[in-house]
Amino acid sequence: MLIRKPNDIRPSEITSEANYLNRRDFIRASAIAGGSIISSGAIGAIMPNSRLAPLENISKSFLSTNEIPNSFEDISTYNNFYEFGLRKSDPAANATSLKPRPWSIKVSGHAEKKGVFDFDEFMKPFDLEERIYRMRCVEAWSMVIPWVGISLAEVVKHYQPTSKAKYISFETLEDREQMPGQKGWSLDWPYREGLTIEEATNPLTILAVGLYGKVIPNQNGAPIRLVVPWKYGFKSIKSIVSIKFMSSQPKTSWNMANPYEYGFYANVNPKVNHPRWSQARERRIGGGIFDKKRETLIFNGYGEHVAHLYKDFNLQRNF
Amino acid sequence: MNTLQQIRLIWKPIIFFICLLPLLLIISDAFGITGNLGANQIEAILDHFGNWALRFIMIALTVTPLRQLTSWNWLSYFRRMLGLFAFFYAFMHFFVWLVLDKELRFNEILEDLIERPFITLGFTAVVLLTALAITSFMAIRQYMNKHWQSLHNMIYVIAILSVWHYWWQVKKDITEPLVYAVILFALITVRLAYYWKQRQLRISE
Repeated sequence: MLIRKPNDIRPSEITSEANYLNRRDFIRASAIAGGSIISSGAIGAIMPNSRLAPLENISKSFLSTNEIPNSFEDISTYNNFYEFGLRKSDPAANATSLKPRPWSIKVSGHAEKKGVFDFDEFMKPFDLEERIYRMRCVEAWSMVIPWVGISLAEVVKHYQPTSKAKYISFETLEDREQMPGQKGWSLDWPYREGLTIEEATNPLTILAVGLYGKVIPNQNGAPIRLVVPWKYGFKSIKSIVSIKFMSSQPKTSWNMANPYEYGFYANVNPKVNHPRWSQARERRIGGGIFDKKRETLIFNGYGEHVAHLYKDFNLQRNF
Repeated sequence: MNTLQQIRLIWKPIIFFICLLPLLLIISDAFGITGNLGANQIEAILDHFGNWALRFIMIALTVTPLRQLTSWNWLSYFRRMLGLFAFFYAFMHFFVWLVLDKELRFNEILEDLIERPFITLGFTAVVLLTALAITSFMAIRQYMNKHWQSLHNMIYVIAILSVWHYWWQVKKDITEPLVYAVILFALITVRLAYYWKQRQLRISE
């Protein structure tokens, strides 16, 4: 039996003062809402308009790291989400224009079950889990993030892909009003990403709907985003409206923008440098000015779970 | 007090203090007084100094065309100070990269200098700017005589290298480097047009 020492308790399990205060705000907000929360299973607690509403019935996962998570502030103010601007601080400032509800997700392609589903309906069959993962950006910085999400393997199983389904492609919402950054020409909209079916059904891969036990902030990809922790952050597409089962490799945004610099696989690999910078080490956000960079690990340290996917695979060529 | 004294005793200290503001701002940000450095402090400091280096290069390059266009000849008294501030901010940018970002790891620094072209460009610009800063003293200027101007014409090369360095470094958004490139292009065009006009005048005489 595992006996937990006090220092085994993750900071995310302890309610910080800031979170405690947010919780009080939430209680006040729900009182104003006239107690309109109708709890129907795990997802019932996801309220349409309360951005920081707590999520319920979250189970822990052995896949979580025991590293100390970054602060909620770091995670929610330092983002790459070009739909809201190109600077790291833009998404936190501009993502209020995103309306995460009502939200629908289209499931299409080579699957038995298909259709357009309302977000709550889409979420209903699945259980929420907390997954504390390292996140390594292709720009050589990293964070530890306590996501709340559902297993993508379960989602895939639910929609019963046919034998033709070799890949899954995802698309972000395309709406210039809600996402003012799409008026610019930085990327070809909508943002697109994709995984092989094996990658999508790996136990590590999740669709995240929460952060720090609460509904995910808009700037982190509300209401639902992909999290693939052994790949560079740009693979983890945000604010998903479309999931498609495909027979051939889908086009992906950064690969379309610059195929020499960003590959389809984008597995974290300290030995494959970005053409313009080294990937050997990374800066962990939140360490302060005199914090040393740390060594980047192959597959972001998740090799025991995913290395088998890339056996007989030239990681240099298929970067 | 004559005009020269006024410039030396009043205006130079004022301009000096104004040019120092970006440094004071980042220090006070670091201590959380005027703002904060955000989640990635080193990146914030690095970008701040790099941006101000570029701005001061452009400002220093504006002095002569502006003087030629307006006949405000007093402007030239501030040219050296502005150029030295460009060097100062470029050097701080380089120093922060060397110490805080690269942690003085010699192998990594060497690898970056050789294998990453945008670093090579930036490093070359800093080395050249250092040469200009060292030779900016009046005594050296007089000693160098005609060679001084040809060395200091390198500022155009430095400006091009710096904008190119920035352009090559950004992941996707080239808006800001493009703004600098347009300004630099305009400054060089004005300069060339002026010299061309002078030459025409000389020929016609």
